[in-house]
Amino acid sequence: MALFFTTVVGIYLTILVANMGGYVDQIKRAEIREQVALAASLNEQIRRLPPEVRERVVAEMIRVEERRLGLDRPFLVRSLIYLRDALLLRLGFAERMTSDVGSRLVRQILLDRLGPTLLLFATTSIFLFFVSVAMALRLSRRYGSPLDRLVVALAPLSTPPAWFYGIFLILIFAAWLRWLPFGGMVDAPPPEGRWAYAASVLKHMILPAGAIVLTSLPLAVYSWRTFFLLFSSEDYVDLARAKGLPGPLLERRYILRPALPTLLTNFALGLIGTWTGAIVLETVFNWPGLGRTLYQAVGLADTPVIVGATILYAYLLAITVFLLDVAYAIVDPRVRVGG
Amino acid sequence: MRRVLGELVRYRSAVSGLVIIGFFTALSVYAVIAVPYPEAIRLWRGGEELWQYNPRAARPEWVNWFLREDLPRTLVVEGTSEVWSARPLGGEVREAMGVLSFAYPYRRPPSELGVFLEADYRERMPQVELSWVAPGGPEVRIAEFAVRRREVYRLSSDPRLQQELGGRPEVVLFSPPDRPEEAVQGQYALRVRAYLFEPDSEVRVRLVVYGEVHGLAGTDHLRRDLSLALLWGTPVAMAFGLVASVGSSVSTLVIAALGAWYGGWVDGLIQRITEVNLILPGLPILIMIATLYSRSLPVMVGVVILLGIFGGGIKTYRALFLQVKESPYIEAARAYGASGLRIVFLYMVPRAVPILVPQFVTLIPGFVFLEATLSVLGLGDPLLPTWGKVIEDAYRAGALYVGQYYWVLEPASLLMLAGLGFTLLGFALDRIFNPRLREL
Repeated sequence: MALFFTTVVGIYLTILVANMGGYVDQIKRAEIREQVALAASLNEQIRRLPPEVRERVVAEMIRVEERRLGLDRPFLVRSLIYLRDALLLRLGFAERMTSDVGSRLVRQILLDRLGPTLLLFATTSIFLFFVSVAMALRLSRRYGSPLDRLVVALAPLSTPPAWFYGIFLILIFAAWLRWLPFGGMVDAPPPEGRWAYAASVLKHMILPAGAIVLTSLPLAVYSWRTFFLLFSSEDYVDLARAKGLPGPLLERRYILRPALPTLLTNFALGLIGTWTGAIVLETVFNWPGLGRTLYQAVGLADTPVIVGATILYAYLLAITVFLLDVAYAIVDPRVRVGG
Repeated sequence: MRRVLGELVRYRSAVSGLVIIGFFTALSVYAVIAVPYPEAIRLWRGGEELWQYNPRAARPEWVNWFLREDLPRTLVVEGTSEVWSARPLGGEVREAMGVLSFAYPYRRPPSELGVFLEADYRERMPQVELSWVAPGGPEVRIAEFAVRRREVYRLSSDPRLQQELGGRPEVVLFSPPDRPEEAVQGQYALRVRAYLFEPDSEVRVRLVVYGEVHGLAGTDHLRRDLSLALLWGTPVAMAFGLVASVGSSVSTLVIAALGAWYGGWVDGLIQRITEVNLILPGLPILIMIATLYSRSLPVMVGVVILLGIFGGGIKTYRALFLQVKESPYIEAARAYGASGLRIVFLYMVPRAVPILVPQFVTLIPGFVFLEATLSVLGLGDPLLPTWGKVIEDAYRAGALYVGQYYWVLEPASLLMLAGLGFTLLGFALDRIFNPRLREL
């Protein structure tokens, strides 16, 4: 319930910002007035009317047009209608943008773009998660070794955002060595055949994925390592070690198992968190995903698309938090839902 | 304080972090003093006039240290018809002859050639003829035209001349026909013959042989000197990082303390706002505000702080304060009748400083990069030159595609270095203030 409330408030705030607190409506009204005036001046029939009648006709045309777009109601009411539609996922029509097949449905636009984003970020997140946990486990057993010190020293590498590394990667591998493409998702024109297409997408994925890994891996390994160290200094781990249990078993049953809820949380929230970083990375790499669409929508002040993307994001977050609660109960019997 | 400093020196990473931060601080102070704010904006946004003698997209001068052969620098050669040999041609007409001679020591042709002319006249514009003399070569006629008060003749972009010479003028005029792209070293001259139709009419000529290197940092596609942007980017980045980081972490701390102390609905409200804020996508909101409202730096700092106040840190601090609240010294303070606010600000908040200091230092690079991120998206402050903006310009102009790497690498390495400095210091501080981490 509290979760639902926060989601609603969050979405409403976004709607307010995306509409500039009602200012976008005024822009739209001015646009309508201009269009109607232009249409009226081009229309022979209207032009021949006497001035006062003509004015009345034009005013009527403006009124009808505003009514059609729902602009006749005050903004406060409109924002609440927006909110209701948003929560029901009635995303409506975009004002300026179109989907790949030319549809104006916001849902269609977002669905078009969701795929590439998921492909890039979900793949990378999963890869990152497993690699960093595996590396951290190794390191936590051999802590203090040169490799371990190296990772600790490299942790500050995670400060720059992914696009920053992206630029370097483009510079080295695309501009200088010419091994990999500068950006985009497939070759233009797209290659024939499913396998060739997949290979081309894969080739285009290397650099953006590499950028994400570069920025996330050092800190992830570092923090997991510290986390595992905390767990492995527990008494029951010492006991198990004293019993002479083999290393892998020790790792699996005595360190990984109790750490699982935290691991899960971090993975799920990280998956969603990377999406916000997607905006710049997708722009830099010309990746046709949700982030770039959101950025374009903001540039065009296309409110329905902005709101739609935000709702998608908020819902995903809310659903993840809910699923996490359930998952906790499964992996850790000490936690009970609602407890 | 002294203890902290003493311990800091023991960490090598902290010392290097401090050195880097010190360097950037000094650079910021120097930037603000050497090039005052209005001057910086004038130099950066002034217009073509200010930069016309700079080469376009030139590499920084220090690349010459690493090359076997020096890349040409820009040469400016001047001359005035006043000191030229003039002979009367009858009536009020005079013919003035001048030679702008210069030594060219480089083995590569220049990147561009331009002739800037200024003329004084009342009614009849002076007429000039330009011809070119290469070392040991014949005189080549280049152009002939009437000079307005200010005239810029760019040889490199004259299609007629290019056709006549059979190649790019700045190359053909400097290289022997059999070895194009390799300049002949020696004494070159631009001969100017001016016809002056009025008694006090005069012509001033300036030949600019544009080089391939310029200044400390090179130039961009508009001939702007990048060193200005890199220099001024420093105080901007430092200020943005510092203000945003201190602003958001201190306010977070205070609000967490207030929530923990007063509890009840105050705490509930703070918790709810935090949750809403965590659901709000931060970067999209920033982008929206930048595109729809204002892009000026103070506004962005304000929004960043606002979004940061109710950040995830609140939960951590709250947990800490809930413990602190129960400690005996707070009870003692309560017993002698200290007011709630007094307890919060004088007894509780200071307790969290050990956590706060390392945290705000580690937060700084994030904000420095945030400013760069916004700039790269084209949402930077419209007036100020910043590192991120240089990267954006380079990206827009396709610097990576045409191999102008210096243009991206310079601001990027400054960003990287600044980020590294604060992170190193922050990590070390974290270990000093929170000794439990040291064992790990």
